[in-house]
Amino acid sequence: MAQYEAVIGLEVHVQLNTATKLFCRCRNHFGDPPNTNVCPVCLGLPGALPVVNQAAVAHAVKTGLLLNCTIAAFSKFDRKHYFYPDLPKAYQISQYDLPVCRAGWLEILLNEQPRRIGITRVHMEEDAGKLMHDEGGGGSVVDLNRTGTPLLEIVSEPELHSPDAAYAYLTTLKQLISYLGVSDCNMEEGSLRCDANVSVRPVGVTTLGTKVEIKNMNSFKGVHKALSYEIERQTKAVSAGQAIVQETRLFDTVQEKTVSMRSKEEAHDYRYFPDPDLAPMTFSAAQVEAVRATLPELPRARKERFAAQFALSDYDATLLTSERAMAEYFEATVQAGASGKAAANWIANNLLTALNAAHLTLAQCRITPAQLADMIALVESNAISSTNAKNDVFPVMFATGASPQAIVDEKGLRQVSDTTQIDAWVRAALEQNPAVMAALTSGKAKAAGTLVGAVMRLSQGKANPALVNARIAELTRAYLPPPPEPA
Amino acid sequence: MISHTDIAYLARLSRLAMSDADLAVFMPQLQQILAYIEQLRALDTTGIEPTAHVLPLRNVTRADDVGASLPQAAALQSAPQVGDGFFCVPAVIE
Ligand SMILES: [Zn+2]
Repeated sequence: MAQYEAVIGLEVHVQLNTATKLFCRCRNHFGDPPNTNVCPVCLGLPGALPVVNQAAVAHAVKTGLLLNCTIAAFSKFDRKHYFYPDLPKAYQISQYDLPVCRAGWLEILLNEQPRRIGITRVHMEEDAGKLMHDEGGGGSVVDLNRTGTPLLEIVSEPELHSPDAAYAYLTTLKQLISYLGVSDCNMEEGSLRCDANVSVRPVGVTTLGTKVEIKNMNSFKGVHKALSYEIERQTKAVSAGQAIVQETRLFDTVQEKTVSMRSKEEAHDYRYFPDPDLAPMTFSAAQVEAVRATLPELPRARKERFAAQFALSDYDATLLTSERAMAEYFEATVQAGASGKAAANWIANNLLTALNAAHLTLAQCRITPAQLADMIALVESNAISSTNAKNDVFPVMFATGASPQAIVDEKGLRQVSDTTQIDAWVRAALEQNPAVMAALTSGKAKAAGTLVGAVMRLSQGKANPALVNARIAELTRAYLPPPPEPA
Repeated sequence: MISHTDIAYLARLSRLAMSDADLAVFMPQLQQILAYIEQLRALDTTGIEPTAHVLPLRNVTRADDVGASLPQAAALQSAPQVGDGFFCVPAVIE
Protein backbone atom coordinates (compact mmCIF):
# COMPACT_ATOMS: atom_id res chain seq x y z
CA MET A 1 0.00 0.00 0.00
CA ALA A 2 1.20 3.48 -0.83
CA GLN A 3 2.46 5.70 1.97
CA TYR A 4 0.68 9.02 2.28
CA GLU A 5 1.88 12.36 3.48
CA ALA A 6 -0.20 15.25 4.75
CA VAL A 7 0.05 18.74 3.32
CA ILE A 8 -1.08 21.46 5.72
CA GLY A 9 -1.36 25.22 5.35
CA LEU A 10 -2.46 27.42 8.24
CA GLU A 11 -4.36 30.70 8.26
CA VAL A 12 -3.88 32.52 11.53
CA HIS A 13 -5.80 35.62 12.56
CA VAL A 14 -4.37 37.76 15.34
CA GLN A 15 -6.16 40.69 16.90
CA LEU A 16 -3.89 43.70 17.26
CA ASN A 17 -3.80 45.31 20.70
CA THR A 18 -4.14 48.91 19.54
CA ALA A 19 -6.08 51.35 21.75
CA THR A 20 -8.68 51.96 19.03
CA LYS A 21 -10.28 50.05 16.19
CA LEU A 22 -8.88 49.83 12.67
CA PHE A 23 -11.04 52.49 11.01
CA CYS A 24 -12.66 54.46 13.85
CA ARG A 25 -11.74 55.83 17.27
CA CYS A 26 -13.92 53.45 19.29
CA ARG A 27 -12.10 51.59 22.04
CA ASN A 28 -10.61 48.23 20.98
CA HIS A 29 -11.45 46.44 24.21
CA PHE A 30 -12.80 43.04 25.23
CA GLY A 31 -15.46 42.51 27.91
CA ASP A 32 -17.47 45.76 27.89
CA PRO A 33 -21.31 45.86 27.93
CA PRO A 34 -22.70 45.03 24.45
CA ASN A 35 -22.81 47.74 21.79
CA THR A 36 -21.05 50.39 23.87
CA ASN A 37 -17.83 50.65 21.81
CA VAL A 38 -19.60 51.48 18.57
CA CYS A 39 -19.99 54.52 16.33
CA PRO A 40 -21.40 55.29 12.87
CA VAL A 41 -18.25 53.88 11.19
CA CYS A 42 -18.21 50.46 12.85
CA LEU A 43 -22.01 50.22 12.82
CA GLY A 44 -21.88 50.70 9.07
CA LEU A 45 -24.24 53.67 9.09
CA PRO A 46 -24.65 55.40 5.72
CA GLY A 47 -22.25 58.27 5.09
CA ALA A 48 -19.70 57.28 7.73
CA LEU A 49 -16.11 57.28 6.49
CA PRO A 50 -13.29 55.03 7.72
CA VAL A 51 -9.80 56.41 8.49
CA VAL A 52 -6.88 54.01 8.98
CA ASN A 53 -5.30 53.68 12.42
CA GLN A 54 -1.57 54.32 11.92
CA ALA A 55 -0.63 52.15 14.91
CA ALA A 56 -2.33 49.16 13.28
CA VAL A 57 -0.37 49.79 10.06
CA ALA A 58 2.87 50.01 12.06
CA HIS A 59 2.03 46.71 13.80
CA ALA A 60 1.40 45.07 10.43
CA VAL A 61 4.76 46.21 9.05
CA LYS A 62 6.57 45.06 12.22
CA THR A 63 4.91 41.66 12.03
CA GLY A 64 5.84 41.37 8.37
CA LEU A 65 9.48 42.10 9.17
CA LEU A 66 9.36 39.63 12.07
CA LEU A 67 8.25 37.00 9.54
CA ASN A 68 10.97 37.95 7.04
CA CYS A 69 8.42 39.26 4.55
CA THR A 70 8.82 41.82 1.80
CA ILE A 71 6.88 44.95 2.72
CA ALA A 72 4.83 46.19 -0.21
CA ALA A 73 5.85 49.52 -1.70
CA PHE A 74 2.16 49.98 -2.51
CA SER A 75 -0.77 48.42 -0.68
CA LYS A 76 -4.53 48.98 -0.64
CA PHE A 77 -7.72 47.91 1.09
CA ASP A 78 -10.51 46.03 -0.66
CA ARG A 79 -14.09 45.20 0.17
CA LYS A 80 -15.06 41.57 0.63
CA HIS A 81 -18.80 41.12 0.32
CA TYR A 82 -21.00 38.66 2.15
CA PHE A 83 -24.13 38.78 4.25
CA TYR A 84 -24.09 37.82 7.89
CA PRO A 85 -25.72 39.47 10.91
CA ASP A 86 -22.35 40.20 12.58
CA LEU A 87 -21.18 42.21 9.55
CA PRO A 88 -23.20 45.44 9.55
CA LYS A 89 -21.84 46.92 6.30
CA ALA A 90 -22.40 43.61 4.48
CA TYR A 91 -18.76 43.81 3.45
CA GLN A 92 -15.54 43.36 5.36
CA ILE A 93 -12.67 45.73 4.67
CA SER A 94 -9.73 43.45 3.91
CA GLN A 95 -6.82 43.26 1.48
CA TYR A 96 -7.06 41.24 -1.70
CA ASP A 97 -4.22 41.42 -4.20
CA LEU A 98 -1.89 43.98 -2.61
CA PRO A 99 -1.38 42.97 1.04
CA VAL A 100 1.05 44.88 3.25
CA CYS A 101 3.44 41.91 3.50
CA ARG A 102 4.26 38.90 1.37
CA ALA A 103 6.81 36.14 0.74
CA GLY A 104 8.38 35.57 4.15
CA TRP A 105 9.26 32.61 6.32
CA LEU A 106 9.13 31.42 9.89
CA GLU A 107 11.76 29.12 11.31
CA ILE A 108 10.41 26.36 13.53
CA LEU A 109 12.16 23.57 15.43
CA LEU A 110 10.96 20.11 14.49
CA ASN A 111 12.65 17.17 16.24
CA GLU A 112 15.24 19.75 17.27
CA GLN A 113 16.02 20.52 13.64
CA PRO A 114 15.39 24.06 12.34
CA ARG A 115 12.99 24.23 9.39
CA ARG A 116 11.78 27.22 7.42
CA ILE A 117 8.06 27.42 6.72
CA GLY A 118 7.07 29.84 3.99
CA ILE A 119 4.70 32.70 4.76
CA THR A 120 2.60 33.49 1.70
CA ARG A 121 1.26 36.81 2.96
CA VAL A 122 0.21 38.90 5.92
CA HIS A 123 -2.71 41.22 5.33
CA MET A 124 -4.76 43.67 7.39
CA GLU A 125 -8.50 43.37 7.84
CA GLU A 126 -11.27 44.27 10.24
CA ASP A 127 -12.91 41.79 12.60
CA ALA A 128 -16.65 41.11 12.55
CA GLY A 129 -19.00 41.50 15.51
CA LYS A 130 -20.14 38.74 17.80
CA LEU A 131 -23.24 36.69 17.07
CA MET A 132 -24.69 34.70 19.95
CA HIS A 133 -27.42 32.13 19.75
CA ASP A 134 -30.28 32.42 22.15
CA GLU A 135 -30.48 29.27 24.25
CA GLY A 136 -34.27 29.58 24.34
CA GLY A 137 -34.32 29.14 20.57
CA GLY A 138 -35.95 32.54 20.09
CA GLY A 139 -33.36 34.04 17.80
CA SER A 140 -29.80 35.32 17.75
CA VAL A 141 -28.36 38.47 19.28
CA VAL A 142 -25.53 40.66 18.00
CA ASP A 143 -22.88 42.66 19.85
CA LEU A 144 -20.89 44.94 17.55
CA ASN A 145 -18.16 45.95 20.04
CA ARG A 146 -15.67 43.69 18.23
CA THR A 147 -16.63 45.00 14.77
CA GLY A 148 -13.69 46.84 13.26
CA THR A 149 -11.05 45.40 15.59
CA PRO A 150 -7.76 45.33 13.65
CA LEU A 151 -6.72 41.84 12.54
CA LEU A 152 -3.71 40.45 10.75
CA GLU A 153 -4.27 37.33 8.70
CA ILE A 154 -1.06 35.34 8.42
CA VAL A 155 -1.16 32.71 5.69
CA SER A 156 1.47 29.98 5.55
CA GLU A 157 2.56 28.06 2.48
CA PRO A 158 1.30 24.44 2.43
CA GLU A 159 4.65 23.31 3.80
CA LEU A 160 3.66 21.65 7.06
CA HIS A 161 3.45 17.87 6.94
CA SER A 162 2.31 16.73 10.37
CA PRO A 163 0.19 17.86 13.33
CA ASP A 164 3.45 18.25 15.29
CA ALA A 165 4.83 20.63 12.66
CA ALA A 166 1.59 22.66 12.73
CA TYR A 167 1.78 22.78 16.52
CA ALA A 168 5.41 23.95 16.43
CA TYR A 169 4.52 26.59 13.83
CA LEU A 170 1.71 27.95 15.99
CA THR A 171 3.67 28.04 19.25
CA THR A 172 6.63 29.72 17.52
CA LEU A 173 4.38 32.25 15.80
CA LYS A 174 2.60 33.03 19.08
CA GLN A 175 5.90 33.43 20.94
CA LEU A 176 7.33 35.79 18.32
CA ILE A 177 4.20 37.92 18.02
CA SER A 178 3.92 38.16 21.80
CA TYR A 179 7.58 39.26 21.89
CA LEU A 180 6.76 41.95 19.39
CA GLY A 181 3.97 43.10 21.71
CA VAL A 182 1.43 43.70 18.94
CA SER A 183 -1.13 41.13 20.15
CA ASP A 184 -2.05 39.25 23.31
CA CYS A 185 -2.27 36.05 21.23
CA ASN A 186 -4.78 34.46 23.58
CA MET A 187 -6.55 31.69 21.71
CA GLU A 188 -9.08 31.15 24.51
CA GLU A 189 -10.15 34.82 24.37
CA GLY A 190 -10.13 34.77 20.59
CA SER A 191 -7.24 37.16 20.04
CA LEU A 192 -5.56 34.38 18.03
CA ARG A 193 -7.59 32.12 15.75
CA CYS A 194 -6.48 29.39 13.39
CA ASP A 195 -8.00 27.65 10.38
CA ALA A 196 -6.24 24.84 8.55
CA ASN A 197 -6.20 23.56 4.98
CA VAL A 198 -5.34 19.87 4.79
CA SER A 199 -4.88 17.36 2.01
CA VAL A 200 -3.05 14.06 1.64
CA ARG A 201 -1.05 12.64 -1.27
CA PRO A 202 1.08 9.57 -1.89
CA VAL A 203 4.68 10.14 -0.84
CA GLY A 204 6.74 11.23 -3.82
CA VAL A 205 3.87 12.94 -5.61
CA THR A 206 4.37 16.69 -5.93
CA THR A 207 0.88 17.83 -6.93
CA LEU A 208 -1.63 18.63 -4.19
CA GLY A 209 -4.63 16.47 -3.30
CA THR A 210 -8.12 17.91 -2.80
CA LYS A 211 -7.99 20.11 0.26
CA VAL A 212 -10.40 20.38 3.15
CA GLU A 213 -10.67 23.48 5.32
CA ILE A 214 -11.02 22.95 9.07
CA LYS A 215 -12.47 25.61 11.35
CA ASN A 216 -13.52 25.93 14.97
CA MET A 217 -10.28 24.81 16.61
CA ASN A 218 -9.99 26.82 19.81
CA SER A 219 -6.64 25.73 21.21
CA PHE A 220 -3.27 24.62 19.84
CA LYS A 221 -3.98 21.14 21.21
CA GLY A 222 -7.33 21.27 19.41
CA VAL A 223 -5.50 22.05 16.14
CA HIS A 224 -3.23 19.06 16.72
CA LYS A 225 -6.17 16.74 17.42
CA ALA A 226 -8.26 18.03 14.52
CA LEU A 227 -5.36 17.58 12.08
CA SER A 228 -4.56 14.09 13.36
CA TYR A 229 -8.19 13.06 12.93
CA GLU A 230 -8.53 14.65 9.51
CA ILE A 231 -5.29 13.20 8.12
CA GLU A 232 -6.34 9.74 9.21
CA ARG A 233 -9.82 10.21 7.75
CA GLN A 234 -8.45 11.36 4.38
CA THR A 235 -5.74 8.70 4.26
CA LYS A 236 -8.30 5.95 4.86
CA ALA A 237 -10.64 7.39 2.23
CA VAL A 238 -7.93 7.79 -0.41
CA SER A 239 -6.47 4.33 0.32
CA ALA A 240 -9.95 2.89 -0.22
CA GLY A 241 -10.15 4.65 -3.56
CA GLN A 242 -12.67 7.26 -2.44
CA ALA A 243 -12.50 10.87 -3.56
CA ILE A 244 -12.05 13.67 -1.02
CA VAL A 245 -14.79 16.28 -1.20
CA GLN A 246 -13.56 19.87 -1.16
CA GLU A 247 -15.47 21.28 1.79
CA THR A 248 -15.29 23.07 5.13
CA ARG A 249 -15.36 20.88 8.23
CA LEU A 250 -15.83 21.96 11.82
CA PHE A 251 -13.83 20.46 14.66
CA ASP A 252 -16.13 18.98 17.30
CA THR A 253 -14.17 19.60 20.49
CA VAL A 254 -16.22 17.09 22.49
CA GLN A 255 -16.04 14.13 20.11
CA GLU A 256 -12.60 15.24 18.89
CA LYS A 257 -13.42 14.76 15.22
CA THR A 258 -14.11 16.93 12.21
CA VAL A 259 -17.66 17.15 10.87
CA SER A 260 -18.78 18.38 7.47
CA MET A 261 -20.51 21.77 7.65
CA ARG A 262 -22.98 20.68 4.96
CA SER A 263 -23.69 24.32 4.21
CA LYS A 264 -24.84 25.00 0.68
CA GLU A 265 -21.76 24.80 -1.46
CA GLU A 266 -22.37 28.17 -3.02
CA ALA A 267 -18.98 28.96 -4.44
CA HIS A 268 -17.56 31.88 -2.50
CA ASP A 269 -18.04 34.94 -4.62
CA TYR A 270 -16.93 37.83 -2.49
CA ARG A 271 -16.83 40.36 -5.35
CA TYR A 272 -13.69 42.07 -4.04
CA PHE A 273 -12.99 45.58 -5.25
CA PRO A 274 -10.76 48.44 -3.99
CA ASP A 275 -12.43 50.36 -1.18
CA PRO A 276 -13.05 53.85 -2.57
CA ASP A 277 -13.29 55.26 0.99
CA LEU A 278 -9.67 54.43 1.79
CA ALA A 279 -6.56 55.85 0.18
CA PRO A 280 -3.82 53.35 -0.75
CA MET A 281 -0.72 53.09 1.45
CA THR A 282 2.90 53.35 0.38
CA PHE A 283 6.02 52.23 2.23
CA SER A 284 9.45 53.53 1.29
CA ALA A 285 12.57 51.48 1.88
CA ALA A 286 13.72 54.08 4.43
CA GLN A 287 10.45 53.77 6.37
CA VAL A 288 10.73 49.99 6.40
CA GLU A 289 14.32 50.13 7.63
CA ALA A 290 13.30 52.57 10.37
CA VAL A 291 10.69 50.08 11.57
CA ARG A 292 13.17 47.21 11.36
CA ALA A 293 15.44 49.12 13.74
CA THR A 294 12.69 49.09 16.38
CA LEU A 295 12.26 45.30 16.39
CA PRO A 296 13.01 43.83 19.83
CA GLU A 297 15.69 41.25 20.51
CA LEU A 298 13.99 37.94 19.63
CA PRO A 299 13.89 34.81 21.79
CA ARG A 300 16.68 32.87 20.12
CA ALA A 301 19.17 35.77 20.13
CA ARG A 302 18.23 36.63 23.69
CA LYS A 303 18.64 33.05 24.83
CA GLU A 304 22.12 32.87 23.36
CA ARG A 305 23.07 36.18 24.94
CA PHE A 306 21.72 35.13 28.35
CA ALA A 307 23.60 31.84 28.25
CA ALA A 308 26.85 33.63 27.39
CA GLN A 309 26.50 36.77 29.49
CA PHE A 310 25.16 35.19 32.68
CA ALA A 311 26.61 31.66 32.37
CA LEU A 312 23.15 30.10 32.44
CA SER A 313 22.34 26.54 31.47
CA ASP A 314 20.63 26.05 28.13
CA TYR A 315 17.49 25.03 30.04
CA ASP A 316 17.40 28.17 32.20
CA ALA A 317 18.23 30.46 29.28
CA THR A 318 15.41 28.92 27.21
CA LEU A 319 12.94 29.18 30.08
CA LEU A 320 13.83 32.77 30.92
CA THR A 321 13.49 33.91 27.32
CA SER A 322 10.30 31.99 26.54
CA GLU A 323 8.30 35.16 27.24
CA ARG A 324 9.49 38.70 26.76
CA ALA A 325 8.07 39.80 30.14
CA MET A 326 10.06 37.10 31.92
CA ALA A 327 13.27 37.94 30.10
CA GLU A 328 12.80 41.58 31.05
CA TYR A 329 12.03 40.69 34.68
CA PHE A 330 15.21 38.63 34.83
CA GLU A 331 17.35 41.38 33.35
CA ALA A 332 15.85 43.97 35.68
CA THR A 333 16.67 41.73 38.66
CA VAL A 334 20.26 41.44 37.49
CA GLN A 335 20.43 45.16 36.87
CA ALA A 336 19.28 45.71 40.47
CA GLY A 337 22.37 43.87 41.68
CA ALA A 338 21.60 40.14 41.71
CA SER A 339 23.96 37.66 40.10
CA GLY A 340 22.58 36.05 36.95
CA LYS A 341 22.76 32.61 38.48
CA ALA A 342 20.89 33.54 41.69
CA ALA A 343 18.27 35.54 39.79
CA ALA A 344 17.73 32.64 37.38
CA ASN A 345 17.36 30.17 40.26
CA TRP A 346 14.90 32.25 42.21
CA ILE A 347 12.81 33.08 39.14
CA ALA A 348 12.81 29.59 37.65
CA ASN A 349 12.36 27.68 40.90
CA ASN A 350 10.42 29.91 43.25
CA LEU A 351 8.75 32.74 41.41
CA LEU A 352 7.31 30.70 38.53
CA THR A 353 6.08 27.97 40.88
CA ALA A 354 4.32 30.56 43.05
CA LEU A 355 2.80 32.30 40.02
CA ASN A 356 1.52 29.02 38.59
CA ALA A 357 0.03 27.96 41.92
CA ALA A 358 -1.74 31.32 42.25
CA HIS A 359 -2.80 31.33 38.55
CA LEU A 360 -1.13 34.71 38.05
CA THR A 361 0.92 36.12 35.21
CA LEU A 362 4.23 37.88 35.65
CA ALA A 363 2.48 41.19 34.97
CA GLN A 364 0.37 40.60 38.08
CA CYS A 365 3.37 39.66 40.25
CA ARG A 366 3.69 41.83 43.38
CA ILE A 367 7.42 41.25 43.84
CA THR A 368 9.38 43.83 41.87
CA PRO A 369 12.71 42.82 40.30
CA ALA A 370 14.45 45.26 42.69
CA GLN A 371 12.84 43.57 45.71
CA LEU A 372 13.89 40.15 44.47
CA ALA A 373 17.44 41.45 44.03
CA ASP A 374 17.35 42.86 47.59
CA MET A 375 16.25 39.52 48.99
CA ILE A 376 19.02 37.73 47.10
CA ALA A 377 21.49 40.26 48.53
CA LEU A 378 20.26 39.50 52.08
CA VAL A 379 20.89 35.78 51.50
CA GLU A 380 24.28 36.30 49.91
CA SER A 381 25.48 38.60 52.70
CA ASN A 382 24.36 35.95 55.23
CA ALA A 383 21.89 38.39 56.78
CA ILE A 384 19.22 35.68 56.39
CA SER A 385 19.52 31.98 55.72
CA SER A 386 18.35 30.70 52.36
CA THR A 387 15.85 28.48 54.22
CA ASN A 388 14.35 31.55 55.91
CA ALA A 389 14.36 33.33 52.59
CA LYS A 390 12.46 30.49 50.94
CA ASN A 391 10.00 29.72 53.70
CA ASP A 392 9.45 32.97 55.55
CA VAL A 393 10.43 35.94 53.40
CA PHE A 394 9.64 35.04 49.80
CA PRO A 395 6.03 33.89 50.44
CA VAL A 396 5.22 37.13 52.30
CA MET A 397 6.80 39.24 49.56
CA PHE A 398 4.74 37.30 47.03
CA ALA A 399 1.49 37.73 48.94
CA THR A 400 1.86 41.34 50.08
CA GLY A 401 4.47 43.05 47.93
CA ALA A 402 6.33 44.09 51.12
CA SER A 403 10.08 44.72 50.93
CA PRO A 404 12.32 41.87 52.13
CA GLN A 405 14.06 44.13 54.69
CA ALA A 406 10.72 45.03 56.28
CA ILE A 407 9.71 41.37 56.52
CA VAL A 408 13.08 40.31 57.96
CA ASP A 409 12.89 43.07 60.59
CA GLU A 410 9.27 42.44 61.45
CA LYS A 411 9.76 38.69 61.84
CA GLY A 412 13.17 39.09 63.48
CA LEU A 413 14.74 36.77 60.96
CA ARG A 414 18.14 38.38 60.71
CA GLN A 415 20.66 35.55 60.76
CA VAL A 416 22.93 35.39 63.84
CA SER A 417 26.62 35.12 63.00
CA ASP A 418 27.83 36.21 66.44
CA THR A 419 30.23 33.50 67.74
CA THR A 420 29.56 34.20 71.45
CA GLN A 421 25.82 33.74 70.94
CA ILE A 422 26.29 30.61 68.84
CA ASP A 423 28.69 29.12 71.42
CA ALA A 424 26.08 29.70 74.14
CA TRP A 425 23.51 27.81 72.03
CA VAL A 426 25.97 24.96 71.39
CA ARG A 427 26.70 24.58 75.15
CA ALA A 428 22.98 24.66 75.97
CA ALA A 429 22.37 21.99 73.30
CA LEU A 430 25.10 19.80 74.81
CA GLU A 431 23.57 20.10 78.27
CA GLN A 432 20.15 19.14 76.92
CA ASN A 433 21.60 16.04 75.24
CA PRO A 434 23.57 13.95 77.76
CA ALA A 435 23.44 10.99 75.35
CA VAL A 436 25.42 12.99 72.79
CA MET A 437 27.92 13.95 75.46
CA ALA A 438 28.32 10.26 76.41
CA ALA A 439 28.78 9.25 72.79
CA LEU A 440 31.44 11.93 72.32
CA THR A 441 33.43 10.88 75.37
CA SER A 442 33.38 7.30 74.11
CA GLY A 443 35.03 8.54 70.91
CA LYS A 444 32.05 8.81 68.50
CA ALA A 445 32.84 12.16 66.83
CA LYS A 446 29.90 11.83 64.42
CA ALA A 447 27.44 12.22 67.32
CA ALA A 448 28.19 15.96 67.26
CA GLY A 449 26.16 16.24 64.05
CA THR A 450 22.92 15.64 65.92
CA LEU A 451 23.50 18.89 67.80
CA VAL A 452 22.89 20.99 64.66
CA GLY A 453 19.13 20.55 64.84
CA ALA A 454 19.07 21.42 68.55
CA VAL A 455 21.09 24.60 67.98
CA MET A 456 18.86 25.67 65.10
CA ARG A 457 15.79 25.12 67.30
CA LEU A 458 17.33 27.11 70.16
CA SER A 459 18.12 29.96 67.76
CA GLN A 460 14.66 29.76 66.16
CA GLY A 461 16.33 29.07 62.84
CA LYS A 462 18.36 32.26 62.94
CA ALA A 463 21.84 30.85 63.56
CA ASN A 464 24.18 30.97 60.56
CA PRO A 465 24.34 27.25 59.63
CA ALA A 466 27.95 27.28 58.42
CA LEU A 467 29.06 28.92 61.64
CA VAL A 468 26.99 26.49 63.72
CA ASN A 469 28.77 23.54 62.11
CA ALA A 470 32.15 25.14 62.73
CA ARG A 471 31.44 25.98 66.39
CA ILE A 472 30.03 22.53 67.16
CA ALA A 473 33.15 20.90 65.73
CA GLU A 474 35.32 23.25 67.74
CA LEU A 475 33.51 22.99 71.09
CA THR A 476 32.91 19.20 71.06
CA ARG A 477 36.55 18.38 70.32
CA ALA A 478 37.34 18.77 74.03
CA TYR A 479 35.05 15.86 74.94
CA LEU A 480 36.63 13.41 72.54
CA PRO A 481 39.28 11.05 73.98
CA PRO A 482 42.79 11.99 72.92
CA PRO A 483 44.02 10.26 69.76
CA PRO A 484 46.26 7.27 70.52
CA GLU A 485 49.96 8.06 70.73
CA PRO A 486 51.82 6.91 67.64
CA ALA A 487 53.71 3.74 68.53
CA MET B 1 -24.49 38.14 -23.28
CA ILE B 2 -25.95 38.11 -19.84
CA SER B 3 -28.41 35.35 -19.10
CA HIS B 4 -31.35 34.92 -16.78
CA THR B 5 -29.22 32.61 -14.67
CA ASP B 6 -26.53 35.28 -14.29
CA ILE B 7 -29.05 37.83 -13.09
CA ALA B 8 -30.70 35.39 -10.71
CA TYR B 9 -27.25 34.60 -9.27
CA LEU B 10 -26.35 38.28 -8.85
CA ALA B 11 -29.71 38.96 -7.27
CA ARG B 12 -29.18 36.17 -4.76
CA LEU B 13 -25.65 37.38 -3.91
CA SER B 14 -27.09 40.84 -3.29
CA ARG B 15 -30.12 39.48 -1.43
CA LEU B 16 -32.46 41.21 -3.87
CA ALA B 17 -35.85 39.72 -4.69
CA MET B 18 -36.39 39.97 -8.47
CA SER B 19 -39.70 39.33 -10.16
CA ASP B 20 -39.92 38.50 -13.86
CA ALA B 21 -41.19 42.04 -14.39
CA ASP B 22 -38.07 43.39 -12.64
CA LEU B 23 -35.88 41.18 -14.79
CA ALA B 24 -37.49 42.59 -17.90
CA VAL B 25 -36.51 46.09 -16.75
CA PHE B 26 -32.99 45.38 -15.52
CA MET B 27 -31.78 42.87 -18.13
CA PRO B 28 -31.49 45.46 -20.93
CA GLN B 29 -29.91 47.99 -18.57
CA LEU B 30 -27.26 45.54 -17.46
CA GLN B 31 -26.66 44.57 -21.11
CA GLN B 32 -25.90 48.20 -21.88
CA ILE B 33 -23.53 48.53 -18.97
CA LEU B 34 -21.70 45.37 -19.98
CA ALA B 35 -21.54 46.54 -23.57
CA TYR B 36 -19.84 49.70 -22.38
CA ILE B 37 -17.36 47.66 -20.35
CA GLU B 38 -16.63 45.68 -23.52
CA GLN B 39 -15.76 48.92 -25.30
CA LEU B 40 -13.34 49.84 -22.53
CA ARG B 41 -11.86 46.38 -22.64
CA ALA B 42 -10.97 46.88 -26.28
CA LEU B 43 -8.46 49.58 -25.31
CA ASP B 44 -4.83 48.61 -25.12
CA THR B 45 -3.83 49.10 -21.46
CA THR B 46 -0.42 47.48 -21.70
CA GLY B 47 1.99 49.21 -19.33
CA ILE B 48 -0.71 51.19 -17.54
CA GLU B 49 -0.87 50.76 -13.76
CA PRO B 50 -4.29 49.64 -12.54
CA THR B 51 -6.05 52.46 -10.70
CA ALA B 52 -6.35 51.69 -7.00
CA HIS B 53 -8.05 54.96 -6.18
CA VAL B 54 -9.43 57.77 -8.31
CA LEU B 55 -7.98 60.52 -6.10
CA PRO B 56 -4.22 61.16 -5.84
CA LEU B 57 -4.33 60.52 -2.09
CA ARG B 58 -1.94 58.22 -0.22
CA ASN B 59 -1.46 57.25 3.43
CA VAL B 60 -4.44 58.97 5.00
CA THR B 61 -4.15 57.81 8.59
CA ARG B 62 -4.99 58.93 12.10
CA ALA B 63 -3.35 58.60 15.53
CA ASP B 64 -4.40 55.70 17.77
CA ASP B 65 -6.35 57.93 20.20
CA VAL B 66 -9.67 56.89 21.69
CA GLY B 67 -12.64 59.09 20.75
CA ALA B 68 -16.25 59.07 21.83
CA SER B 69 -18.48 56.13 20.93
CA LEU B 70 -22.26 56.32 20.73
CA PRO B 71 -24.37 55.70 23.84
CA GLN B 72 -25.83 52.20 23.67
CA ALA B 73 -29.41 53.47 23.25
CA ALA B 74 -28.35 55.62 20.28
CA ALA B 75 -26.48 52.71 18.72
CA LEU B 76 -29.57 50.52 18.93
CA GLN B 77 -32.24 53.09 18.09
CA SER B 78 -32.66 52.30 14.39
CA ALA B 79 -32.79 48.53 14.81
CA PRO B 80 -36.16 46.86 14.27
CA GLN B 81 -35.66 44.62 17.30
CA VAL B 82 -33.38 44.96 20.34
CA GLY B 83 -33.11 43.39 23.80
CA ASP B 84 -30.70 43.58 26.76
CA GLY B 85 -28.41 45.92 24.84
CA PHE B 86 -28.16 43.59 21.83
CA PHE B 87 -29.44 43.74 18.28
CA CYS B 88 -31.91 40.87 17.85
CA VAL B 89 -31.91 38.99 14.55
CA PRO B 90 -33.62 35.86 13.25
CA ALA B 91 -31.98 32.65 14.48
CA VAL B 92 -28.80 31.86 12.60
CA ILE B 93 -27.97 28.18 12.66
CA GLU B 94 -24.73 26.73 11.41
ZN1 LIG C 1 -16.53 52.82 15.90
